[in-house]
Amino acid sequence: MSVQPYPAETHPVDAHPVENLRHRERTNRLGLWLFILSDSFVFGALLFTRFYLLGNNRPELIQWLGLVVTVVLLASSFFMNRAEVQMSLGNRQGFLRNTLVTIVLGSLFLIGVVGVEWQVAHFGPADGAQGAIFYTMTGFHAFHVFTGVIFLSLVYRNAKKGLYSAEHHWPVEAAAVYWHFVDLVWIFFYPALYLIGTAL
Amino acid sequence: MKTGILSIGLVRGLLFQAAGFLAGVAVVTVIRLAFGMGFSAEPAIVLGAFFSAIGFMIGVGAFSGWFANALGKPAIPPEEVEEPSGFKRYLGVSYDHKVIGVQYGMLTIAALFLGGSFALIFRSELVAPGMQLIGLQQFNTLIGLHGMVAIVGMLLGGAALGNFLVPLLIGAKDMAFPRLNAFAFWLAVPAVVLVLSSMAAGGFDTGWTAYPPLSIFANMGMQLFFAGVVVFGWSSVLGALNIVATVLRMRAPGMSLFRMPIFVWGSLATSIIAMTATQLIGLSFQLVMFERLFGMGFFNPANGGNPILFQHLFWFYSHPAVYIFVLPGFAVISELLPVFARKPLFGYRWVAMSSLGIALVGFLVWAHHMFTSGMEEYLRVPFMYTTLLVAVPTGVKFFSWTGTLWEGKIRFTVPMLFVLGAMNVFLLGGLTGPILGTIPTDLHLHDSYFVVGHFHNTMFGGFVFPFIAAVHYWFPKITGRKMSDLLGRITFFILLPSFWIQTLGQMQVGLLGMRRRVADYDTLPEFQTTHIFITVAGFLVGLAFVIFMYNVIRSAMKGEVAVGNVWESRSPEWELLPNPAPKHNYPQPLVVTGDPYDYSLTDTEYVELVPVAGATD
Repeated sequence: MSVQPYPAETHPVDAHPVENLRHRERTNRLGLWLFILSDSFVFGALLFTRFYLLGNNRPELIQWLGLVVTVVLLASSFFMNRAEVQMSLGNRQGFLRNTLVTIVLGSLFLIGVVGVEWQVAHFGPADGAQGAIFYTMTGFHAFHVFTGVIFLSLVYRNAKKGLYSAEHHWPVEAAAVYWHFVDLVWIFFYPALYLIGTAL
Repeated sequence: MKTGILSIGLVRGLLFQAAGFLAGVAVVTVIRLAFGMGFSAEPAIVLGAFFSAIGFMIGVGAFSGWFANALGKPAIPPEEVEEPSGFKRYLGVSYDHKVIGVQYGMLTIAALFLGGSFALIFRSELVAPGMQLIGLQQFNTLIGLHGMVAIVGMLLGGAALGNFLVPLLIGAKDMAFPRLNAFAFWLAVPAVVLVLSSMAAGGFDTGWTAYPPLSIFANMGMQLFFAGVVVFGWSSVLGALNIVATVLRMRAPGMSLFRMPIFVWGSLATSIIAMTATQLIGLSFQLVMFERLFGMGFFNPANGGNPILFQHLFWFYSHPAVYIFVLPGFAVISELLPVFARKPLFGYRWVAMSSLGIALVGFLVWAHHMFTSGMEEYLRVPFMYTTLLVAVPTGVKFFSWTGTLWEGKIRFTVPMLFVLGAMNVFLLGGLTGPILGTIPTDLHLHDSYFVVGHFHNTMFGGFVFPFIAAVHYWFPKITGRKMSDLLGRITFFILLPSFWIQTLGQMQVGLLGMRRRVADYDTLPEFQTTHIFITVAGFLVGLAFVIFMYNVIRSAMKGEVAVGNVWESRSPEWELLPNPAPKHNYPQPLVVTGDPYDYSLTDTEYVELVPVAGATD
């Protein structure tokens, strides 16, 4: 390979980039997105499982309940976004209010899926492929919602203590991105479980 | 600094792991009794297994920084944490990437030793037809554990090389996420404990692939095996994520992607696979777990499931997994050849791209493990072609290596011997690959010892030989001492021929029709003679590995002191750093001024240290 000496003066080397907080946050952001990429392989594989085993059939579920929990979860993402915007505007009260709404809506989603749908479904986890798929897909997703609620609660508590500022609130951003990711997963899971194909 | 046995992180971790296991058992039992269901061992053991891993992590102290963050308390930045000196720092949580790399390395060597020992036990059984030494259930358990423990060992080895080398090679102080790095390593320890504890719970008879429906009905050891692999999968995912972030974000100024040392490319490619595909083996094992626990109908046809589905999910990881082992191995070969041939790496960009090429094509070949499984007919031919396509980027690497050696001034040092050994062992593994990837021949050879021979060639050529080369090569950077040259040569000249005999023997009985994973075989003399050869050669391979381990320990304590640039390398860790490499690596930022492998040009440097502007001293 030919020698092409790199023009060193074009690269500022006065401060080691690691010490730079902004650099740190960009690295954190990359880490979070890599994690989401990795996690999406789990959900992708679950979708594959669902179509492999059930094909053009779907479990028979309570349609209005599915619609309600979906609306609740989508609405929670709306408030999550408002919360993050309020934080970057430096409005802590607005952040706390909107985050609280997000936490409540997320918990309502969990109650709707695990507390109601799981109890009233007319098949159990051991009833054939549809039981296996329905309980596993909603279970994996609900577990993520649950961890998201815990994450948001910690962020809520720390924001209340005044640990975040308009410029530096990486944990808030991380929690928000994670929450939107969990929401996005449901946008794929809801039609796969409730809408596509004919009910068994 | 505290003293006493409880100040050792590993000891605390293991105690907490036992406590976590009991807590998990207690939680399940209390809940079941409260609902009037009575005691049941299987759910108790499964939850106990996961609790035990969490317990270990709490005990060892891998959570402490994050707990502080979560509660809004200031945590000490990882680079400022005070760490014990001497050997003790390897036995507890450390955030120094070089310590973590060495921790990974020690666990690698232990796991490979253990995995190999399992093989020698069942190899002894195979010396003669009939059953002499062990029972059938033990034989099957050992077969499965040999596979998984050796695979875990190789995954750990790739992580060892990546963790130790990547920050050094790209001129960084540490990895992008030091806490996550420590967390990922320590998660592997309880995982290995869980996988091994499956022996105590009755073992399992499925082999490491754990195909249902058999795995649904296997002994309780199956669940501990699953739990261990799921936990280890997370260790692998998080470690790989860290390496990807480190390579993309922490490079020294001037180090564009195509000026990175070639090892970094290999580590990046391997981490992309490990970070994503690993989720699928975790998921497939969890689904079998759920099937066993809750009677879910994923894989048992009697309950609406389909066992072929498991094979799709399983091989989507487990085929790319072999590239996770061999890509770091290939990268070591590409990194060391220019040093010892005193020539530029032939076709640097092609070699870099071929690593990514193997990684990406590797995602599209999984169903070649399933030509005989009864999967959809129309999938066979496309998967045959994608499989054969892998030979292209691999061939690029081979041509690069021969091109690098061509007319070079080769120095036959111990690392170079192992690199050359790796090339010729992998050549045999590589050439037998297309035979197995082609449908008609695979229909004949599937599940035979021919596959075993092919696989061991790729694993030793792609990982074990390069790993031993890398340990010899970078040993002075770890300990400040050289490894014994004589012992290294003895290791090599025992290992190479005996390994050839072992795998050629395996291929021969495979061609004769010997099935893999069977404990007994026909009394035909063709079989037995070859099996005796394989077993004796296997013990010699084990002997070579023991000599290697002895060499590592002895040289670490009283090897010859290594001064300066031992191998006359252009790489930054040799050019700029003393032996052993100091904490936080480079005293000042470095800047890239040339190309990494221009050994023919004596007036250029790859990297230079840049004085910090504004520094007063």
